[in-house]
Amino acid sequence: MSVSAEPQTADPGSEHAGEHRDYVGAKLGMWIFVFTELILFGGLFVAYGMYRSMHAHDFHKASGELNLTLGVINTVVLLTSSLTMVLSIVAIRLQRKRQSMLFLACTMLLGAIFLVNKFFEWKAKFRHGVYPGSEHLMARPPGERLFFGLYFGMTGLHGLHVTVGVVVMSVMLALLARNRIHHSDFIKLENTGLYWHLVDIIWIFLLPLFYLAA
Amino acid sequence: MSTVVAPIAGVSTSEPNFYARKGIASWLLTTDHKRIGILYLTSMMTFFLVGMTFGVFMRLEHLSMGPTIMKPTTYNALFTLHGVMMIFLFVIPGLSAVFGNFFLPIMIGAKDVAFPRLNLLSWYLFMTGATVSLSSLFTGSGPPDTGWSFYVPYSVRTGTNVTMAVFGVFLIGFSSIITGLNFITTMHRLRTKGMNWMRMPLFPWALYATAWVQVLATPILGITLLLVMLERLFHLGIFDPSIGGDPILYQHLFWTYSHPAVYIMILPAMGAISEIIPTFAHRTIFGYRAIVLSSMGIAAIGSLVWAHHMFTSGMSEFAIVVFSLLTFLVSIPSAIKVFNWVATLYKGSVELRSPMLFALAFVFLFSIGGLTGLFQGALAVNVHVHDTYFIVGHFHYVMFGGTGFAFFAALHYWYPKMFGRMYSERTAIVAFVHIFVGFNLLYFTFLILGLQGMPRRYYDHLPRFHTGHIWATIGSWIMVAGLLLMVANLVRGLFRKTTVPANPWGGVTLEWTVPSPPPTENFAVLPVITERAYTFNPAAKEPA
Amino acid sequence: MNPSMQQKAEAPHIVGYATFVKVWIALVVLTGLLVGLSVTHRPNLALLGLLIITPTKASLVLFYFMHLKYESATLKYMAAAAIAVLIIFIGLTFSDYLFR
Repeated sequence: MSVSAEPQTADPGSEHAGEHRDYVGAKLGMWIFVFTELILFGGLFVAYGMYRSMHAHDFHKASGELNLTLGVINTVVLLTSSLTMVLSIVAIRLQRKRQSMLFLACTMLLGAIFLVNKFFEWKAKFRHGVYPGSEHLMARPPGERLFFGLYFGMTGLHGLHVTVGVVVMSVMLALLARNRIHHSDFIKLENTGLYWHLVDIIWIFLLPLFYLAA
Repeated sequence: MSTVVAPIAGVSTSEPNFYARKGIASWLLTTDHKRIGILYLTSMMTFFLVGMTFGVFMRLEHLSMGPTIMKPTTYNALFTLHGVMMIFLFVIPGLSAVFGNFFLPIMIGAKDVAFPRLNLLSWYLFMTGATVSLSSLFTGSGPPDTGWSFYVPYSVRTGTNVTMAVFGVFLIGFSSIITGLNFITTMHRLRTKGMNWMRMPLFPWALYATAWVQVLATPILGITLLLVMLERLFHLGIFDPSIGGDPILYQHLFWTYSHPAVYIMILPAMGAISEIIPTFAHRTIFGYRAIVLSSMGIAAIGSLVWAHHMFTSGMSEFAIVVFSLLTFLVSIPSAIKVFNWVATLYKGSVELRSPMLFALAFVFLFSIGGLTGLFQGALAVNVHVHDTYFIVGHFHYVMFGGTGFAFFAALHYWYPKMFGRMYSERTAIVAFVHIFVGFNLLYFTFLILGLQGMPRRYYDHLPRFHTGHIWATIGSWIMVAGLLLMVANLVRGLFRKTTVPANPWGGVTLEWTVPSPPPTENFAVLPVITERAYTFNPAAKEPA
Repeated sequence: MNPSMQQKAEAPHIVGYATFVKVWIALVVLTGLLVGLSVTHRPNLALLGLLIITPTKASLVLFYFMHLKYESATLKYMAAAAIAVLIIFIGLTFSDYLFR
């Protein structure tokens, strides 16, 4: 292991002298976190799968009410944000700091656009009386209630992840500006990227499950 | 027995130990894995004693028939909180958070875990979760009364403070994930030179298998509890049958985590036992590779058996047969371990010190726990004993007789290393005998009561179960006396002015090469490993 | 070894802009294809799209954007194990629901 070869610099001020900076280790940790997120959403996918197999017709019918255009636009927005995210990392590795910051800002902007779209989509549903526990929804068949319960639960949790991602990216932007992230130390940015791409992957599955189930 | 420490190059005994820094802040802001281990130990022993008190009150209620010292609702709250505290705050995080944090880096020759600050965060999450779930007792509309498994639809409908308890458990789960993530990365990145995977001691190996289960199963609990909260707050309908949800799906998701959680509890316990038995048999472990593989095997197969908790819930017959078969499979790697421990003892020079007594009791009690588990894997028997005291007896044999005894074994084994002090061996043995006798009187009676038909979670019982309940309650007194004596002995040991050598037991893993208690940096110079683990041959201990 | 040397030694691979833009084009085209298949009102084709195109898109993100293609074998095995666990969870739960 390369770590044992590190010089153990004595630093009497800190409890742990010579804090190691292990690039591969940090990335491994982030990957494991990504796995846990995958399984977290996996629980919801299990629920979706079971209920769809039980109420295929209701799911089909309820799915037709979702705004497909908005869903597809949001997919393209998120895919593009994944691209700008990865380009931001390439740029910083090529020592193009301004370009990297620009790409990262684009990613944040696209994330924000996604959330705004989502907001209007939810708002329209609420206006039509479709929200968890609403009288309108309770009058409909169980399968449709479950579809919308899952829809709000899964897109809500996903939206929460997008929000967290945008906040984390704003921190990364500040770190880039202060040269705390640079061409030889960009692991924080890379780990942010891993998280953001995971959020993208989840959406890649949510699109056909909700918007294309009709 | 050789207690002489082979002088290891580079260890200077003059270096201050990790207790040297004083003050509350130096503890609350520490990133030292050893101090975090001690923080976990103190908090967990507190939770254990509180949980134990709840248990004692439940036994007292059953000492005579009819409502005596409490109302039925109080009894419901007691078994819920007893379960939540013992399972989520003691046995699940127990060995990995306390001894894993303290000893994993030392045993693989590292100066700390891979992410020391995350490690501290995980303790804070643990404490926050514990505080939140405990404050559900005193706030809102009454303590939760659902049982630790929070089954829907009752957990969604009850007016008691379930949301808060569930949120606390959610935070504790997050803490468990971070610990697992940290340990996996530590073992992949920070093993010292020459410490390849097949030279790694068995406790780290067990922690590795555990960490994967923690990382890959806990998120399922997270999402399940999150859905229960959403269900209570917004009526999402995923689990609530009145809206269209399927309560059996809740059980699937809950046990998808909570059965693997049994292996999160037992694997590090088995790892600790695999350390203690060779040390006190003064003999290398039998079948190192088989134990490693069985650890990974238990982690893998153990994740596939969850629905054996649901045979009577209304699953499809097909699923019942599949899960029954898978359940029997998991006994194979568990039995491999028991055979290997027993084979290690064969022709060893066995020394019956207190850690070894707890370890041997573990093997015995865990075997009973495992075998009674097999009964329940059999479909016909399962239907008969489901939700009876037989189940309660069985899982106390596994969780307490298994993990609990292994925790105490590890505590007595590593106590001199952790504190640089020694407890009274005589008192420790007296305490052990009480715990062991009381334990069997209490829980073996439960097995019998269960076969007679005593249902679990009832605050009262029929006259024909009365004798059994009296015996069990007497057993609980003996056991609690032993536990209190054990804790008192360990606390008193801290104040005895004894100094402990680096290697009081003659162990051969790396933690015995550093002073007791270890210096802050663990190793002045990182050791280089040239031999496989558990080589009890003095010539092989020469530093390379 | 100082941190920057270590990084260069362990993460030598810089993939250029062009590769990622190509992957992005592929992702958008696949999305179009997926939506196209689902609006043809032929359930079999739509299901095929769901079962083949969606995992393909996810793999593109996983292997290129998340850089898994250039990572160590250990990490690849771990990712495979995590996905396998998820599939097994879903499969075993279906063993109940499909036969009820």
